Amino acid sequence: MKTKSAWTRKDLLDLESLTREELELVLATADSFKEVIGRTVKKVPTLRGKTIVNLFYEPSTRTRISFEVAAKRLSADVINIATEASSVRKGETLIDTGRNIEALKVDIVVVRHNCSGAAAILARHLRASVINAGDGWHEHPTQALLDMFTLKEKLGRLEGIRVSIVGDIAHSRVARSNIWGLTKMGAAVTVCAPPLLVPPAIERTGVRVTHSIDEALAGADAINVLRMQFERDTGDAFPQQLEYFKTYGITRERLEKAKKDILVMHPGPINRGIEMASDVADGPNSVILEQVTNGIAVRMAVLFLVAQANEYIHNKSEPKK
Amino acid sequence: MSILIRQGRVVDPANGVDETRDLLVENGAVAKSSPEIKAGAETVIEAAGKIVMPGLIDMHVHLREPGREDKETVETGTLAALCGGVTTVLAMPNTEPAMDSIENVRRLFEIIQKTARCRVLVCGAMTLGRKGEQPVEAHLLERAGVVALSDDGTSVDSAEVMREVLSRAKESGLLAVCHCEDRLLSGRGVMSLGYMSTRLGLRGIPREAEFKRVERDIELAQMTGCPVHIAHVSCRESVDIIRRAKKKKFTVTAETAPHYFSLTDAALADFDTNFKVNPPLREVDDAAAICDGLKDQTIDCIASDHAPHTENEKEIEFDRAEFGVIGLETQLAAAITQLVETGTLSWPELVAKLCVNPARILGCGRGQLGVGAPADITIVDPAASWQVTKQDFASKSRNSAFLGRTLKGRVTHTIFDGKVAFARYSPSQKQ
Repeated sequence: MKTKSAWTRKDLLDLESLTREELELVLATADSFKEVIGRTVKKVPTLRGKTIVNLFYEPSTRTRISFEVAAKRLSADVINIATEASSVRKGETLIDTGRNIEALKVDIVVVRHNCSGAAAILARHLRASVINAGDGWHEHPTQALLDMFTLKEKLGRLEGIRVSIVGDIAHSRVARSNIWGLTKMGAAVTVCAPPLLVPPAIERTGVRVTHSIDEALAGADAINVLRMQFERDTGDAFPQQLEYFKTYGITRERLEKAKKDILVMHPGPINRGIEMASDVADGPNSVILEQVTNGIAVRMAVLFLVAQANEYIHNKSEPKK
Repeated sequence: MSILIRQGRVVDPANGVDETRDLLVENGAVAKSSPEIKAGAETVIEAAGKIVMPGLIDMHVHLREPGREDKETVETGTLAALCGGVTTVLAMPNTEPAMDSIENVRRLFEIIQKTARCRVLVCGAMTLGRKGEQPVEAHLLERAGVVALSDDGTSVDSAEVMREVLSRAKESGLLAVCHCEDRLLSGRGVMSLGYMSTRLGLRGIPREAEFKRVERDIELAQMTGCPVHIAHVSCRESVDIIRRAKKKKFTVTAETAPHYFSLTDAALADFDTNFKVNPPLREVDDAAAICDGLKDQTIDCIASDHAPHTENEKEIEFDRAEFGVIGLETQLAAAITQLVETGTLSWPELVAKLCVNPARILGCGRGQLGVGAPADITIVDPAASWQVTKQDFASKSRNSAFLGRTLKGRVTHTIFDGKVAFARYSPSQKQ
C-alpha cells in the first residue's frame, strides 16, 4: 500500500476528534483492503515484523476476532490478552500493564475496557500505538467506521443520507462513535430511545431525537439497531424486555412502513425478539453479516495507518531526504 | 524579633485600609502601621509594588493525618499552606480514625503541637465514624478544642439525624459545615451530568444532588437556630438558594473553591483525573453564577478544599480515580487570576473572601492587620506570572487542577506569628 498519507495520528481513540478528511482516508484505505480479503490468498506483507496485542478487559468475541483476523491478513504477529488470565487479576493497574506490554517491544495495543477514557489514558503513557476497541460508554471508533463503510458501499455516499440509531443511546459507545462519524460526513442522524436512555443534551451533537420508532423509521435510508444490554448493571432505569420489544423492537410490520430498501444494521450480538425480530435480522434488508466482513477491511486500514504514522513520528528526528 | 515591611500596598479591609504603608511587626503582633515608619528592625522586607494582606484563613483543608500520611501530613500540609500564603487552616475530620471522639481529637492536637507549621483549627465529625447515624457528643468535642462540625466527604442523609446534629452544635456554640450531596441522586456518578458527560460517556451527577441538599440543610438550620456554612458551592441553583436565604436573614454562610469559578466540565475532555472533584466541575453558567455570588456577598469565602491523593489513586481509569484536588498553594493565584485580573473583585473584596470573612465565621479573631493584631501576614507580588508545575509543590501530593496553567500573582513572604515562616526569592534577587 502506498497511500499518500494525511494520517498523522499515532492512535485511534475516538471519532469525535477526527476530521472529515481523516475519516475519508480511513474509508478509502479500507476499500483497498476489502479487495485483498476477497482474494484466494488473503494476505499482504504490509505489517510483517510488527507485533499487535489485543488487550481485552471486557469479554468480546466479535471485535477481538475481527482485529485478530485483520492483523493476520497484514502479516503481523498477534497476541491476545484476556484479563481473566492475566496479572490484572492480581491488581496490576492499566498503566503498568500497558508499560509491561510495551517493554515487550509491541507496536500496537488494541484495547477494550469497561471504563470510558481508558484507551486515552493508556495512549498518554505509551509510545506504541493505541487503538480503542471500545471504552465504557464513550466510543467504539472501528465499529462506527465499519458501519459507515457498509453504508457507503450500499448507498454510494454518506453525504445527505438519513440514518436512525435505535436503542440504549445513553450507555452506547457505538452510538456515540456513529453520531460523530456520520454527522461529520454530512449524514442526517436521528436517535430513538426511551427518554431515560437518551443522554442529556445529545441534540448538541447535531442529531434529531425522537421517542417514536415509527418516526425513526420514516424516510430513513438505514437503521442501526443497538443491542439492549440488559445484563449490564448500569444502576439506571431499564425498561422491561417485553415492553421494550413492543414499543421499540424492529418488526416486519414496522419495517413495511419504512423505505422499501431500508438497510437494517446491528453491531451484534443480537437479542432476537428484544430489539429486533428474527425475520428482520435474517431478512432481505439486513446487512448485519456484511458489516462483520467489512469490519476486517476497516480494522486492517486502521492498523496500517497508525503503524505508518507511529513509524514516522518516531523516526522524525532522523534526517530524511 | 522585629520585621519592617516597607512601602507595600496594605490591603486590610477590616480596618478600611488600602494604601501604601510601612508595617512594623514586633513580638508577634502588628506594632505600627503608617505611611512611613522610621524605626529599625531585625528584618526589613522591601514590599514596593507588592500587596501586603492578612494571612489567608482556609476553611476547608484535608490534612489526611492521622491515617493517610501517604497523601499528606499535618507537617507537609501546613508547609504547603505557608507556601500559598495561608496561615490558618480548618482541618477536615475525615481522617482515619475520624475526629468523632475527644480521644481522637486530643491525639490530633498532639500531632499539631509537634509538627504544624501554621495554625490548625480542628473540625470535628458530625456523626460517629461519619456514618450519618449517631450524632457526636458535640459539647465534649467543643471542650476538646474543635471549632466546627462536619461530615465532609459525605452528607448526613437522614434529616432527623441532621436536625439532632444541628441542635447539639447550636447548644455547644459550634459551626456546622455542610457537605451537601444527596447520594441517592449522585449515585456512582463521576462528573456533572450534562452535555460533557454525554460526550465522554461518563456517568453524570445531576445538579439536584447538590442544591436539594443545600435547601434541606438551610431549612434545618432555621428549625434549630444553628448557623450553617455551606461548603464548596458549585452550581448556580445553590447560589440562588443561599442568596434567597440570606435575604430572609437566615444564619447561613457559604464558601466556594477556586476550581468552581476557574474551570468547567469542558476541562474533562481528555479524561484527566485532576479535574475529578466532588461536587463536580459544572458549566460556564455555573462558574459565572459563582462569580456573581462572590460579588454580591452570597458566597462569603474562598476555600481550597485541598484534597491530596497519591498518584496511584489518581493516575488510573477515570471511573476509579479518587475525587479531589490539592489547592493550598494555588488558591490565591487562581483567585487573583480569575477574579481580580478580570475585574470581578477588587483587592479589598478578595481579601474579605480569603481572610476577613473566614475569621468572622470561625470567630478566630484574625484576618486583619490593625495595630495589636496577631502578625499573620502574606506578601504577594501581584504582577508575577508563573506556571504551575508538578515539581513546585510542598504538598506531598501533586493532584492539582491547575497543572500547566499560567497564574498571576505569587506569594513572596508568609509571616506567621510574627516570624517569616516562608520566603520565596526570585532568581534575580538571590545572588
